[in-house]
Amino acid sequence: MRQGKSRKDLRTAVEMVGTVGRACGRGFRRGCGCGRDLGRAMDVAGPVTGVSEGAVNEAEVCEGRRTKHGKSRRGFEKGCGCGRGCVRGFRRDCQRGRGLEELRMRHGKGGKRTLTRTPTPSLTPSLTPTRTRTPTPSLTRTLTPTLSLSLPLSLSLSPALPPPQPGPARPLRSRAGGAAGGHVSAGAGPEGKMAAEREPPPLGETRPADLEELEDGEDLFTSTVSTLESSPSSPEPASLPAEDLSTNSNGPKPAEIMLDGDREDLFAEATEEVSLDSPERDPILSPEPTPAVTPVTPTALIAPRMESKSVTAPVIFDRSREEIEEEANGDMFDIEINVSDPEKVGDGMNAYMAYRVTTKTSLSIFHKNEFSVKRRFSDFLGLHSKLATKYMHIGYIVPPAPEKSIVGMTKVKVGKEDSSSTEFVEKRRAALERYLQRTVKHPTLLQDPDLRQFLESSELPRAVNTQALSGAGILRMVNKAADAVNKMTIKMNESDAWFEEKQQQFENLDQQLRKLHSSVEALVCHRKELSANTAAFAKSAAMLGNSEDHTALSRALSQLAEVEEKIDQLHQEQAFADFYVFSELLGDYIRLIAAVKGVFDHRMKCWQKWQDAQVTLQKKREAEAKLQLANKPDKLQQAKDEIKEEIEEWETKVQQGEKDFEQISKTIRKEVGRFEKERVKDFKTVIIEYLESLVQTQQQLIKYWEAFLPEAKAIA
Amino acid sequence: LRAINVDLQTDAALQVDISDALSERDKVKFTVHTKSSLPNFKQNEFSVVRQHEEFIWLHDSFVENEDYAGYIIPPAPPRPDFDASREKLQKLGEGEGSMTKEEFTKMKQELEAEYLAIFKKTVAMHEVFLCRVAAHPILRKDLNFHVFLEYNQDLSVRGKNKKEKLEDFFKNMVKSADGVIVSGVKDVDDFFEHERTFLVEYHNRVKDASAKSDKMTRSHKNVADDYNRIGSSLYALGTQDSTDICKFFLKVSELFDKTRKIEARVSADEDLKLSDLLKYYLRESQAAKDLLYRRSRSLVDYENANKALDKARAKNKDVLQAETTQQICCQKFEKISESAKQELIDFKTRRVAAFRKNLVELAELELKHAKGNLQLLQSCLAVLNGDT
Repeated sequence: MRQGKSRKDLRTAVEMVGTVGRACGRGFRRGCGCGRDLGRAMDVAGPVTGVSEGAVNEAEVCEGRRTKHGKSRRGFEKGCGCGRGCVRGFRRDCQRGRGLEELRMRHGKGGKRTLTRTPTPSLTPSLTPTRTRTPTPSLTRTLTPTLSLSLPLSLSLSPALPPPQPGPARPLRSRAGGAAGGHVSAGAGPEGKMAAEREPPPLGETRPADLEELEDGEDLFTSTVSTLESSPSSPEPASLPAEDLSTNSNGPKPAEIMLDGDREDLFAEATEEVSLDSPERDPILSPEPTPAVTPVTPTALIAPRMESKSVTAPVIFDRSREEIEEEANGDMFDIEINVSDPEKVGDGMNAYMAYRVTTKTSLSIFHKNEFSVKRRFSDFLGLHSKLATKYMHIGYIVPPAPEKSIVGMTKVKVGKEDSSSTEFVEKRRAALERYLQRTVKHPTLLQDPDLRQFLESSELPRAVNTQALSGAGILRMVNKAADAVNKMTIKMNESDAWFEEKQQQFENLDQQLRKLHSSVEALVCHRKELSANTAAFAKSAAMLGNSEDHTALSRALSQLAEVEEKIDQLHQEQAFADFYVFSELLGDYIRLIAAVKGVFDHRMKCWQKWQDAQVTLQKKREAEAKLQLANKPDKLQQAKDEIKEEIEEWETKVQQGEKDFEQISKTIRKEVGRFEKERVKDFKTVIIEYLESLVQTQQQLIKYWEAFLPEAKAIA
Repeated sequence: LRAINVDLQTDAALQVDISDALSERDKVKFTVHTKSSLPNFKQNEFSVVRQHEEFIWLHDSFVENEDYAGYIIPPAPPRPDFDASREKLQKLGEGEGSMTKEEFTKMKQELEAEYLAIFKKTVAMHEVFLCRVAAHPILRKDLNFHVFLEYNQDLSVRGKNKKEKLEDFFKNMVKSADGVIVSGVKDVDDFFEHERTFLVEYHNRVKDASAKSDKMTRSHKNVADDYNRIGSSLYALGTQDSTDICKFFLKVSELFDKTRKIEARVSADEDLKLSDLLKYYLRESQAAKDLLYRRSRSLVDYENANKALDKARAKNKDVLQAETTQQICCQKFEKISESAKQELIDFKTRRVAAFRKNLVELAELELKHAKGNLQLLQSCLAVLNGDT
């Protein structure tokens, strides 16, 4: 799909190439696309390199070449090829991985039986010990086998992966973009510069952030990983979706174990397997608590409520979802959320900002009409990861939480009160507010107990540890990368035109928004510059007025200085509006669209799972047929029974897969419809708000210059 | 585009303008058009083609002429500088492939407009120089000036060669060193003492202000460019979006395109009315400073001649020669002082008038643009609000 896309780009580029820069343009385009691909590839290959030595090596080689030839186009393309090779290499690995997984799954089956029988001897040594130590009770929840392949794989080897490893690999993406721009600017002139500006829009922001996040995670990388390393070859670690990790690293959730019973009917398979393990799990977990993990305490608090309100468990969603949505369709919920009063708590590196989250509502699901709680940033992240874990894989578009920025936060932590840190805090406060507002607008998410708990309870029972979150951040990245690889390996022949169209549309929208976003960011930057320069000129004009010996002229110049000073203020305010109103909207939507794409990916995984089940079923049937043909009843009766059993099992799996797939498709259709509605509404209101800010600016300008005009005329 | 930076009395006896200009590869050819009733011209109306170097030659001939030591020599026009703009255009051609057709035409138009603006400005600066000379009661009678206006062939002036440039450099060094010495001398005349301190300070301030104003207009231009980019991005969004918001986007894109033009005009007008004014007075105040230097120099010469005369009288040797030198110096100094006083008063009048004119025009243009902008925004908002 990507390939096709870049090729299309190329074609359009070629069509557009005029007389002059034909070769150049094309070359550049290609380089550019590659850069992106490579970026992605590196993204993919980077963190996951741990999976295979080969992949790591290739990545390194790739990087080496890049630095060597980074300047020349050929070098770049070579590097690029390498990147692709990397992916290819990885893909190979992946297949191997799949093989492994299958083995494991089979073993899982066997494992079930191991209680009565012995498992295949060759597998025993590596698998049995780990099985017993699976520390993740929440495994039960999700059942996507595709995921299972990536995660445990990467985890199992991650200790071997030196912590900073993802570091160099990841920034490569941005570097790739830069290199693309850079080398072309050497060859082709202005284009390079323009492209460099355009290509990696979030460069400034993201790169350091990512890096920082990694660094931050470093220390606990070891710790988190050490807990998780025990899980690598567990029979079906299937269920660890990326976001879930934070919860995992935070230890078991008894509340959910209690829910297992509820789920059994639906997810019979999974629960069965896990429940087999559960007795052994607890004792093992408790003796070795990881330092980064906060022990779970007030579970009692959650559990009863979950039961009483009974909206919680995913199983129940299937039923109540419809109703909830129906009532939600049409009008908005009466709920208003404000995030205010950022306040620094603590000192030094342990300091954090706490925000007051105030909710005003008439909804009956809340105990009071108005209440407020203190929350810190990581609580918001925790909320998001909880929601994402619960809803993403069943097709809900969960609004993404604001990005973590260690750089900005460190500044605040260390910081004296300077303008950049107050700006940072304000920016974050606004982002958090928008995040919550978006979340509660969602009819299903609003019903979620975790959200209500977040908004209502004075003590958030599980203080999500930031550090743990950062560790989770790494895992999230690893997982994301694995997902991307999965996506590449899945060849889905889309039968649904609607989905095909929508996916393409969102792809386009994403690109356009990114472009617009970078333009608006440039505007913010230039407007700030303009403001600074206007201020400087105002000063100079005042000085000039001072030294002017003609009285009236001197006076007029001072007046001009005053006007310019006011205009400087105006530009500043407008730059604020540019940013908070316009730019942030676009930024939010770029991330929201990523969430939408994520949902599409989940659907694809669902499909893949279903297909896999079908393939396996087919194989089993063939095996049965063979057995029947062999016609040695006495010997193979047992085997036949076995295979029959398995076939039945897989038949239900196929059915389940199909059902899941249909369900997720249906949900996504609804969700996308809702999302689009929201988007149209959001854009309309926000752009109108923005234009109104421009109107105000112009009105002020008119006022200022009108006041100045008589002064200028008074010069005589 | 008439010269706007200096206040010139229109005098029917001699009118000079640049009726046309042609930009060739690395030079600009100005057609200098003269209308005159003065008897020393053969015809009443005529045109010649001149290049920048010839303007410089004319200016230098004024500076080097001792007779004009007492006047503010109109500052020479700055060298036409199209390199940056031309380079940009060229680069645009090279990078044609990487942008959409609309983007390309837009960029091209923009750069062409920029080029045209620089071109017009260059012509205006050259014209101002000629007009100043033509309006000057003494300089307008200069023979070189007449040759410049009338001689219809190449004046075959050449640019300065390396040696001459080096000489110029040393001359300037000596001049500024001398300027330091000379400035230490206490002036007998309060008027000149005052003018000197004023001009030194004024020159520095106007230099600063013009640099800042330049920066300001440039960043304003950047903002306008961003509007342009936002406009095209919105347009792309509008053409591709599947929901009914596409019309909305298209409308806003149209708005941005229009406001972009206005913002660009604001920037251009600020450049023309403010930056250029300041730049011109930067050069003019330098010319006035030069005049003061020449006067101070001759004052020092005069005082030295007095001392020499005293010495000669005491020794009773070469008295006559010393007396003549002293008298020449005295005459020269007095002549310079007399005309310089008038010139400086004129300078001030001119300056005040020019600032008044430009600041009024600036305010009016800012108002016009802001009002236009506001109207666009409001009508767009009305449409959008009607839609929703």
